[in-house]
Amino acid sequence: MRLERRLEHPRWLLVAVPLGSIAFAFLLMAVVLLATGHNPGATYRRMFDAAFFANGALTSTLVFATPIVFTGLAAAAAFRMQLYNIGGEGQFYWGAIAAVGIALYLGDQGVGSTPVYVLAMSVAGALAGAAWAAIPAVLRAFARTNEIITSLMLNYIAGLVLTYLIIDSHSYWRDTESFEGQTFPLGKAIPDEAKWPSGTLDAFGGIVVPLGFGIAAAVAAVIWAVYSRTRFGYELQVIGDSQRTARFAGMRLRRKILAVMCISGAVAGLGGASFEGDFAYQIDPTGLQASFYGYTGIVVAALARYSPLAVVPVGFFIGGLLNAGFTLQGADFPAGLVGVMQGLILFCALGGEVLVRYRFRLGRGVRRAPDTPSVEAAS
Amino acid sequence: MGEASPPLLNEDGTRGAGRAGASPVLAVSMRQITKRFPGVLANDHVDFEAAAGEVHALLGENGAGKTTLSNILTGLYRPDEGEIELYGERVRFRSPREALHAGVGMVHQHFLLVAPFTVAENVLLGDHRAEGRSFVLHQRAIEQRVAELGERYGLAIDPRARIWQLSVGEQQRIEILKALYREARILILDEPTAVLTPQEAGMLFQTLRAMAAEGKTVIFISHKLHEVKAVADRVTVLRGGSKVATVSAAEATQRSLAALMVGREIAVAHRVQRESAVGGVILELEHLSAAGDRGGLALKDVSLEVRAGEIVAVAGVAGNGQRELAEAVSGIRDLEAGVVRVAGRVLRSGDPRAAIAAGVAYIPEDRLGTGLAPSLSVAANVVLKSYRAPPVSRGPVLILRRMRELALALISRYDVKAPGPDTPVRNLSGGNLQKLVLGREFEGERRVLVAAQPTRGLDVGAIEAVHAHLRGAAANGLAVLLISEDLDEIRALADRIVVMYEGEIRGELDAETATVEEIGYLMAGGER
Repeated sequence: MRLERRLEHPRWLLVAVPLGSIAFAFLLMAVVLLATGHNPGATYRRMFDAAFFANGALTSTLVFATPIVFTGLAAAAAFRMQLYNIGGEGQFYWGAIAAVGIALYLGDQGVGSTPVYVLAMSVAGALAGAAWAAIPAVLRAFARTNEIITSLMLNYIAGLVLTYLIIDSHSYWRDTESFEGQTFPLGKAIPDEAKWPSGTLDAFGGIVVPLGFGIAAAVAAVIWAVYSRTRFGYELQVIGDSQRTARFAGMRLRRKILAVMCISGAVAGLGGASFEGDFAYQIDPTGLQASFYGYTGIVVAALARYSPLAVVPVGFFIGGLLNAGFTLQGADFPAGLVGVMQGLILFCALGGEVLVRYRFRLGRGVRRAPDTPSVEAAS
Repeated sequence: MGEASPPLLNEDGTRGAGRAGASPVLAVSMRQITKRFPGVLANDHVDFEAAAGEVHALLGENGAGKTTLSNILTGLYRPDEGEIELYGERVRFRSPREALHAGVGMVHQHFLLVAPFTVAENVLLGDHRAEGRSFVLHQRAIEQRVAELGERYGLAIDPRARIWQLSVGEQQRIEILKALYREARILILDEPTAVLTPQEAGMLFQTLRAMAAEGKTVIFISHKLHEVKAVADRVTVLRGGSKVATVSAAEATQRSLAALMVGREIAVAHRVQRESAVGGVILELEHLSAAGDRGGLALKDVSLEVRAGEIVAVAGVAGNGQRELAEAVSGIRDLEAGVVRVAGRVLRSGDPRAAIAAGVAYIPEDRLGTGLAPSLSVAANVVLKSYRAPPVSRGPVLILRRMRELALALISRYDVKAPGPDTPVRNLSGGNLQKLVLGREFEGERRVLVAAQPTRGLDVGAIEAVHAHLRGAAANGLAVLLISEDLDEIRALADRIVVMYEGEIRGELDAETATVEEIGYLMAGGER
């Protein structure tokens, strides 16, 4: 067997390879399940039922999918310029903090209009995420610091800020009035008017679609349009491919680094805002940090081949798996299944990249003929 | 793979060994080699033989299949058909490493160097003998050996310098060093002289002749006729993927070789009289100083004027500040001191946009990677300088349809061989890349053209086309600053010649009367 580089990448491959990778991951997982004494067929059926087909399954899948679509978009947005924003996690936290903060503040001011809350929380979340992302961006642009490391490290700081706000201090975000709040460290709940509305689709027995998911889809479309149809997106593409060429053409690298990282951070921060407005309604430092929305978003973006439009369905699919894992965990369902599954899918998908760039050829000129002298035997 | 030590050549087999008579050992025998790529038949049943102890030139235009053939010999590609014998033994290389083991070394046209590594580290890289075998890197020892080798073959270079700090010419020397270090018995050089001065090329030829005298086989890929004449024993000419002929270099003439190569008689580059410069001064450089990548000043107090319709050539050995000069004029490099004026207006230092807006076209030395974004499409690369304004964009929105139209127009106008506007440019050959850059840089209203090594690596036909475009640019009133290491080219095109040495302009010559010797003397740092 040998590898040949493909000169052209057919379009169907870009879809077929990720799908094939996922199928292959399921096959591999079946081996693991068999080895651990589970019936793969039944396990998969239960998993897909819980994720997509059971009553109300899609509603809870969307709960899992919405935040990771945002963080997935954030990672994909940065990657367009070959920037790796690993800080989606921390930017997501800051988005949540800012959104909850503004909602609490507006509640104290007696604001009662939900659209005002939605707008204010979205803007505050996006700004906070962008500000947090601006730190690695500035470091990268002016000090050439590797943004992977700085953005990753900032996640831990953001996590500690969450813990500090709710557990280690009597901050504005902490509930100090209710009985539970005085017994346990809890986040203050945002006013009812601040909870984001949702729509209900009349299909499969009613699917509740959170507003955040709609916003995420819209953001995906906007990012796609900006990246593929504007001068800005074109510049990012050139810079991502060759910085020398970009410099040659007079593109301003530093500004673009700042802009892209801030866009990426803003999207992650918006995700944090949507998470609070749609589902959580209060800061839960342990829950947020245990969910790994930011890191999962990187997986989603990689599987989507960093295409913003593909992030939405991929995020939905991964959300389904997360939902299934969460719903089904118990004695008879391997709790780590979904985690292993996710890992295998990512592994296979990245491995599948080889198939996009190269083609396998069988036979011919691979093995030496029996009569070939020893010239190559020494290798 | 040294155990099957080949019988070496008889003592008399130096120059002319390849010719029938002395029955030299066949070092390389490739028979009926065929290689197809999607849509291209790169090699069509090519026969190629080279004897031990000969310098064998492989001559052909771009896309004639020379590089493919040598890549097959070095194990980079596998032939679809045909067989290869080395020293009478059938071989099938599965990888370049196997070929390397069998003693086939190659100096590629596109350098295979790791930019952040030092010279010594690059030489060592991939070598699994001696120092390369040791787990710990003995920096000192390696550096010393590299320095020794460099001195021995006249390829002097600082083994501790990092690749990204070196000019293209210096990088080429490392590639040659690398192959020499591996003690290849069969050495293939793909356009090795493209970046060397005549003197350096002469020294390289001596090295190659010495290697041949030791019984090694040198396969020399070129499309420079006088070089082939100067160094080769025999010449195999390829055209359109097929072998045309193998002739003795001594018996062939430049004209007959050129005819075989292009399939038509072609005029050897010579000075074409043009209307002398009539216009006013367009490009003014006043006391330019700029830092190099390695610190220190790469450009020292350079002053120069170029008038409209005039071609001023900058001659010099690679790495003497020419690249920095080109970058300073095109705004890519910040100035430490001095000003660049275009049509009387001062350009903001270090701002390529200001230069572009003032009408400075720049054909960079490094086409792929500076002049073009490699994995982007032809269409995306065509608009690299025009995307900011209509008709390519309207406000912030890019008009993709217009981009493709422009690309198609440029492809047909400049005869670029590309499957279409959506192909990534890295899939195009060197000549077509240059046509793409040329076409793009001539687009729009231009006042100044800076062309750095515009014909390096191009075949005769493409060189003529590029030269015609440069003359055309001058005829249209552009001030042309031509940076080249090819003295024939400089003498064929330039009105005035300035020579750069260590970042300074060492002298100015009238192109009509300047001799190669005189230019070479200045290039080598001679004082007038």
